[in-house]
Amino acid sequence: MKYKSYNMKNRSLISINDYSKGEQMHILDLAEKFEKQPRQKILDGHVIATLFFEPSTRTRLSFESAISQLGGKIIGFTDAASSSVSKGETLMDTVKTVANYSDLIVMRHPLDGSSRWASEVAGVPIINAGDGANQHPTQCLLDMYSIRKTQGSLDDIHIAFVGDLKYGRTVHSLTIALSQFHTTFHLVSPPELKLPSAVKKYIKDAGLSYYQYDDLNDVMDKVDILYMTRIQKERFADPMEYEKVKNSYILKNEMLEHSKENMRVLHPLPRVNEIEEEVDANPKAYYFQQAKNGVFVREALLASTLGLI
Amino acid sequence: MNNKRTELKVTALENGTVIDHIPAASLFHAIRILKLDKVSNQVYFGTNLSSKKYGVKGIIKVRDRFFKNEEINKIALVAPTATLIEIKDFEVVRKVKIKTPKIVENFVKCFNPKCITNHQTVPTKFKVITDKGELKLRCHYCEKTTTKDTMEFK
Repeated sequence: MKYKSYNMKNRSLISINDYSKGEQMHILDLAEKFEKQPRQKILDGHVIATLFFEPSTRTRLSFESAISQLGGKIIGFTDAASSSVSKGETLMDTVKTVANYSDLIVMRHPLDGSSRWASEVAGVPIINAGDGANQHPTQCLLDMYSIRKTQGSLDDIHIAFVGDLKYGRTVHSLTIALSQFHTTFHLVSPPELKLPSAVKKYIKDAGLSYYQYDDLNDVMDKVDILYMTRIQKERFADPMEYEKVKNSYILKNEMLEHSKENMRVLHPLPRVNEIEEEVDANPKAYYFQQAKNGVFVREALLASTLGLI
Repeated sequence: MNNKRTELKVTALENGTVIDHIPAASLFHAIRILKLDKVSNQVYFGTNLSSKKYGVKGIIKVRDRFFKNEEINKIALVAPTATLIEIKDFEVVRKVKIKTPKIVENFVKCFNPKCITNHQTVPTKFKVITDKGELKLRCHYCEKTTTKDTMEFK
């Protein structure tokens, strides 16, 4: 048994750093196996709660698809209005109650740090499906999986992050995770949406390099991964600020002409207009496959957290 | 002359604790952190006293009260230069520099308005980190960093 030394059983996953580099790689290896055989009844007899205190499409559905494909049962709610939260129940009470009915809780919540708090009071493991602007570790793992799958390795990758690098939690988590490898970072954003210095510190502390740009064309021939992000309206206190930058970074097919052969375009989705639809047919577009990979990674996480693999 | 005046301002203790070398600007923070505004002991304090080392300083004297290390170390966040002096029968029996704690629990607020600790009854918890000589608090929950400028006490 190659993986015997990794034990994720009953451990919550709140932040990508909750797993060591070896454990993260272990999850990617397991996900590879689930990709070959995604339907196995290993969750038979298990109940998984999916508590979505704020709306989500991809994350919730890919978790629910993963649970269903593995034969587990799902309970939960898809927005806080349909739960007793609307009656003023605290997060602690909701989580403690639901823990009585389930073996594992997948949760998304609008407040930063909510999942960590839930993991301390629940009594069953929590998988964080996004806590406010803080962490989204399952997205991070599926991004790592997609990079490794398309490039063959996570080492010696040149990656460009494009768009909202200030508020984009997927960019923050992925930067931290990739700082464990020999990565070169190319950061493309408007000045007001630059990567926070606290996140850049991870790159510096690892002895790695980053370069900052404000023109997307400047990185096209340099990178192996082009990671596009949505500039989210809800992150701006001032709507005028959003209007100023919303159309700054739009990817078009012609821009990909001089990119490397192995280059792939990733995006955590949903997109608004930052990737033109004509790019979808380009063999370098990988974002829908990336979303599909989310199911395999989440299958790996569910199975390992429940100690079933 | 100066010493005489200081003595007049701050009474000598028979038994108790003196916290010296507190930055003058942090004196009232230190009083609040140690909850000295809520005790029944006699408490004396002075601020903007002249200090050879620091220019001006604050000092606190608490009669008949001795602090546990973890209690006193809390003020390291606002007064890293402070010294703790314990007095018994007018004699100094212990004099130590305060130490910065590794973890700070439930007396500092997280500066992040979206942190769960600012919305529900969740006790705050921070890891103390030093960045370029400056003390910072990394929230155990939201993972954001509260600095000295954004620090508020509960």
